[in-house]
Amino acid sequence: MNFDLSEEQQLLADSLKRYLANEYSIDTRAKIVNSPTGWSETVWAAFAEMGLLGVPFAEEHGGFGGTAVDVMLVMEALGEGLVVEPYWVNVGLGGRLIARGGSVAQQKRILPELIQGKHRLAFAHTESGARYDLGHVGTRAKRSGGGFTLNGEKRAVLHGGSADTLIVSARTSGGDTDAAGISLFLVDRGAKGVTLKEYRTIDELRAADVWLTDVVVPADALLGQEGRALPLIEDAADYATALLCAEAVGAIRYANEATLEYLKTRRQFGVPIGSFQALQHRMVDMVISYEQARSMACLACVKVDSASPAERTRAVSAAKIKVADACRHVSQEAVQLHGGMGMTEELKISHTFRRLTMIGQLFGDAEHHLERFAASDGEGG
Amino acid sequence: MDLNYSPDELAFRDEVRGWLQSNLPDELRAKVEGYQELSKADLLRWHKILAKKGWVAPDWPKEWGGTDWNLVQRYIWEEECGFAATPPLIPFGLRMCAPVLLQFGTDAQKKKFLPRIFQGEDFWCQGYSEPGSGSDLASLKTRAVRQGDGHYIVTGQKIWTTLAQHADWIFCLVRTDGTGKRQDGISFLLIDMKTPGISVRPIVLMDGSKEVNEVFFDEVKVPAENLVHEEGKGWTVAKYLLGYERMGTGRIGASKRELTKLKELAGEQMKDGRPLMEDPRFRDRLTRVEVELMALEITNLRFLDQMRRSGKPPGADVSMLKIKGTEIQQAITELMMQAAGPLAQAFRPVDAMDFDHFTARLAPRYCNLRKATIYAGSNEIQRNIIAKATLGL
Repeated sequence: MNFDLSEEQQLLADSLKRYLANEYSIDTRAKIVNSPTGWSETVWAAFAEMGLLGVPFAEEHGGFGGTAVDVMLVMEALGEGLVVEPYWVNVGLGGRLIARGGSVAQQKRILPELIQGKHRLAFAHTESGARYDLGHVGTRAKRSGGGFTLNGEKRAVLHGGSADTLIVSARTSGGDTDAAGISLFLVDRGAKGVTLKEYRTIDELRAADVWLTDVVVPADALLGQEGRALPLIEDAADYATALLCAEAVGAIRYANEATLEYLKTRRQFGVPIGSFQALQHRMVDMVISYEQARSMACLACVKVDSASPAERTRAVSAAKIKVADACRHVSQEAVQLHGGMGMTEELKISHTFRRLTMIGQLFGDAEHHLERFAASDGEGG
Repeated sequence: MDLNYSPDELAFRDEVRGWLQSNLPDELRAKVEGYQELSKADLLRWHKILAKKGWVAPDWPKEWGGTDWNLVQRYIWEEECGFAATPPLIPFGLRMCAPVLLQFGTDAQKKKFLPRIFQGEDFWCQGYSEPGSGSDLASLKTRAVRQGDGHYIVTGQKIWTTLAQHADWIFCLVRTDGTGKRQDGISFLLIDMKTPGISVRPIVLMDGSKEVNEVFFDEVKVPAENLVHEEGKGWTVAKYLLGYERMGTGRIGASKRELTKLKELAGEQMKDGRPLMEDPRFRDRLTRVEVELMALEITNLRFLDQMRRSGKPPGADVSMLKIKGTEIQQAITELMMQAAGPLAQAFRPVDAMDFDHFTARLAPRYCNLRKATIYAGSNEIQRNIIAKATLGL
């Protein structure tokens, strides 16, 4: 048992924190959020330069061959800095799908460019009515000519607008909720028949609804085996969820630090409001939530690399339950303890509130994962 | 980062687990698992088994019988004991009086008391709280007046004194000076419970248990050689002990065992023709407790790892383990009682018919464990400690 970080891990996290402290103030972030694309190519290039985009990928593609714990430290720093650039979607989700499911040719074509910051991905999966059921796919892919023709509708595709390639789930056989019959396809965002409607999310990211109308893709657009993509999707979702837990930990850490600082500096009745026991105890409970959430994020990140699917599922769901509860608890308390100031657009705390709220239910809220955890009982325990 | 125990740590765990399996008497384990009351003889029986093995006081210095285990080994030992359902080791001698004597005692005091504590020959209790002094301990009023003949005369009352009915000795905080700063007038005295003038009255708790008492001192004559540290320095001793006391873990091993038992119980109890375990509302509550426990285990290991690396004694972070550990314990007692449903009403048989003793222990256990967030520094006091020491509020 040890919780040591290697020197490389520490250096990477420190350099990212330094970069964000110098270059990613809340004002800079506001400009990025309000720009037409909603993300910054300069920041993205800096991430590529620092090597962040290649942390988990194989060295042959230009990556570092890192573990989820390596990415965890990056995610914590991004969470603390409230970064809106599509790191998680590219490295945690799209990149994971390619790295785990892609052919050698697909990996060679996409991963080096992704790592260099020249190619971006998004995962077009969620559909109306699917909620958090990863196996619910109504979009259809039919063999035609030498390839496939795709038809369907995807919702809330995070960072779809900034992606060069959409990884689209579509059904090559079976009914909408069958586990078997799901396939993944690499689709150019600009391909004929692809329509995107982009919008801002409440936590200031970009997402898009995507319509696929008779979109024709070649045979080598198929990612992984035809009809057997669900385990691949589940692996990527668990991996991404573990990383999301780490992002939450970073954001919670910021919320706690800012709130503690506010308690020490804001004066009422002639004294700092942090001298009031009613507020002290609430602050302590926020700190306990943070420590417990951090413990579970560590567990999830360790398990997504090393455990069997059953054990992985159990650890990730347990982590998401705790983290979702902590997201809600800390974000609500941070706003409350900041008083009216916590409500304002001006303070980073309100932006953190929004991000934590959305993280709480991305890839499943606490209730979803309570159900999944209960179903996993006796497996991998 | 590696959350698994090292091969050495695993070997140690297997060693103590194996030893506990062969040396913990079945009757004792059954009593602990079944939430039955443990007699003084039960407690001493286990104490003496461990003393014989040399494992009764792992954290003492080796010359006095300690095991020289490192922090992680001590943690593993605690958790394995909890998991195996051993009777508790009563902490008042081993973990409270002894560390105080080791730190502040004279050679004579150490030689007189430590071996007897180790062997379980003296049963100790703790005289801190008074009717008017709970969380605000420094307001205590029990007086000790120094006489010319090398004695103190002690008069006053202690309350919530756990297991005083079994005790041979009591260590007390007493007031030796009523003037000046109130912390400066407190001293630490060791008192023989057989001394004339001491009387013990049990306080019956709502579960019917008699584990706490009032202890009355009516002009009790105590030799001055039983003073620990200097007169007026009792508060220093008490603060030292407080830090030591909080080194206790989050009782994770015991909670794991109880959670397993709870799942069994909820698997047997039926609701609408299906096991209660499959009821989503019940199941969700159980899972949240299970997840808190998983998190606490890792949090506990993280704190241990920090201590190991920094070489510093535990800070206020340990208060977190007390808060979460006791909240989890209480939550489990509550779910156990709920799992039993209407059957949880049973308490005590009034005739010779067969009686389900385990189910009948669940509601009393729930009642009894309300104490966990109150004793050893209430959870509110623990929050004060974190606010002050960790957060600087």
